[in-house]
Amino acid sequence: AREGGYGLGREALPEEIAAWDIDIRPDGQGLPEGSGDVWTGEEVFVAQCASCHGDFGEAVGRWPQLAGGMDTLDRKDPVKTVGSYWPYLSTVWDYVHRAMPFGDAQSLEPDEVYAITAYLLYLNNVVDDDFVLSRESFAEVEMPNEGGFKPDDRPETELTAFSNEACMEGCKESVEITMRAAVLDVTPGSEEGEAEVV
Amino acid sequence: AGGALAGSRVAAQTADPAITELQPWMQYLGDGVDAHPYGTPSPHEAHVVRRNVEWLTADPVSSVNFTPIHELDGIITPNGLCFERHHAGIAEVDPAAHRLMINGLVDKPLVFTMQDLMRFPRENRVYFLECAANSGMEWAGAQLNGCQYTHGMIHNVQYTGIPLRLLLEEAGVKTNGKWIMPEGADASAMTRSIPIEKAMDDCLVAFKMNGEALRPEQGYPVRLVVPGWEGNMWIKWLRRIEVGDQPWHHREEASKYTDLLDNGVARRFTWEMDAKSVITNPSPQAPILHSKGPTVLTGIAWSGRGTIPRVDVTLDGGKNWHAARMSGPSFDKSMHRFYFEFDWDGKPLLLQSRAHDSTGYVQPTKDELRQIRGENSIYHNNGIQTWHVNERGEAENVEVS
Repeated sequence: AREGGYGLGREALPEEIAAWDIDIRPDGQGLPEGSGDVWTGEEVFVAQCASCHGDFGEAVGRWPQLAGGMDTLDRKDPVKTVGSYWPYLSTVWDYVHRAMPFGDAQSLEPDEVYAITAYLLYLNNVVDDDFVLSRESFAEVEMPNEGGFKPDDRPETELTAFSNEACMEGCKESVEITMRAAVLDVTPGSEEGEAEVV
Repeated sequence: AGGALAGSRVAAQTADPAITELQPWMQYLGDGVDAHPYGTPSPHEAHVVRRNVEWLTADPVSSVNFTPIHELDGIITPNGLCFERHHAGIAEVDPAAHRLMINGLVDKPLVFTMQDLMRFPRENRVYFLECAANSGMEWAGAQLNGCQYTHGMIHNVQYTGIPLRLLLEEAGVKTNGKWIMPEGADASAMTRSIPIEKAMDDCLVAFKMNGEALRPEQGYPVRLVVPGWEGNMWIKWLRRIEVGDQPWHHREEASKYTDLLDNGVARRFTWEMDAKSVITNPSPQAPILHSKGPTVLTGIAWSGRGTIPRVDVTLDGGKNWHAARMSGPSFDKSMHRFYFEFDWDGKPLLLQSRAHDSTGYVQPTKDELRQIRGENSIYHNNGIQTWHVNERGEAENVEVS
């Protein structure tokens, strides 16, 4: 770096920071004043969200499912929703406020985001139907899968294991084909297929 | 050249009309220098395009397409063919109205215009950008028939940009500033948490790719470059960087880009892209079109942890391996090109490539990965790919025992 910096740019004004700095953290940092209850949330959700996510967060077509899927994470086809998978409530508030509704981002008022978030918690059986979410009650909510995450452990579980000398000759007795993409036939240009959404 | 093989050459029975007949381009005048201010590929290359897979996502706006890696050579991806991944479509940003803000745990929050950014010292670096979900559809088995689809969420270009460190130092990171959170200007307002060590090490705020301005679909006018780390973190249309004392756990590092293991526990913050390779020719979209004899096998390899000094290839499904020939520049955290020339005997082949990176890591098989992770990780599938080539030279995506 240059001694004393380059002197480029200018100082950001408080109202400029306020306009763009909308992020929320798990400890609630960034949450604005406001509140919303489950039943208000249902009204807003049905009006603003249900055409893609379904009246009960069950999803329409291929759009994301927001509720349900509890205790499916260790199964063959896990259903990862706000209730079954998301570790922190702040992520719900932040993302709905930041990027939803899809195609009309940042159109929701803080009270509406509180209400939608309360309704999503209710749909996922995390709160009762009389729950009111606010900046004050935010810390009371614990998400079911908060403990379901661990840091990247590849250095311990994989990197050493995959750093052995590689076999070059006579590595296998026989080789059989066990699966073929042409059988599934889901590549564009072929018939429509069903597969995991990324 | 090729004296040893001279005896196998086919003699012409009739004269070749490509030689004996006058072709139009030999006779008539072509376009002048004023015809194409910005050139495009030959119409004969019209098939070399990005392609998407409709059933992968709910709509084409929050979706992905794929680089035609089976048609490319060398290590640089042409700008117009670099795969796209958007979460709210392509933001068409007016650079005159674009600002980059740095705020949070800094001595002085700052706002930069594009003009301001152009006055900082620049660096040129070649890096691969691989989507964390590249090959993600292949976790449960062979599914898509072509390396464009199985491995094409990647591109490799030369970036011109400002070391992120210089911008952060201009604002002055406070001692408790341990994380940064870059944010995009598009309607998804994409955010990720990045540790300050990485931010201060090799991240760039880039405004050029392969010498020209970023393409709108790649974040014009400015994007973050996070060498070796999953593509989602390379925030496009970069408008803000907040400095904080802990990660934000936003949607793209909680709901998405976390890797579910067999036991229901998920890894988070799996940032590095492991060493990986794929044979691009022959492959399902690039069959062998000639008869037996001299055959060029080629492919690409890369690692988020360094360079690729070595790639092995097998023609028999992993019974025996041969060292491939590396060709072209070997840059850190960049794509590498390998070749293996062999005489095809016309019999079926089971082709695989196996990358070794500069840390000594050897690309694992898909089964080795599944033993540790299961089949529901979605992201970070760097398992060895197999192509079955039949007697006709046609290739298919398969898995082998």
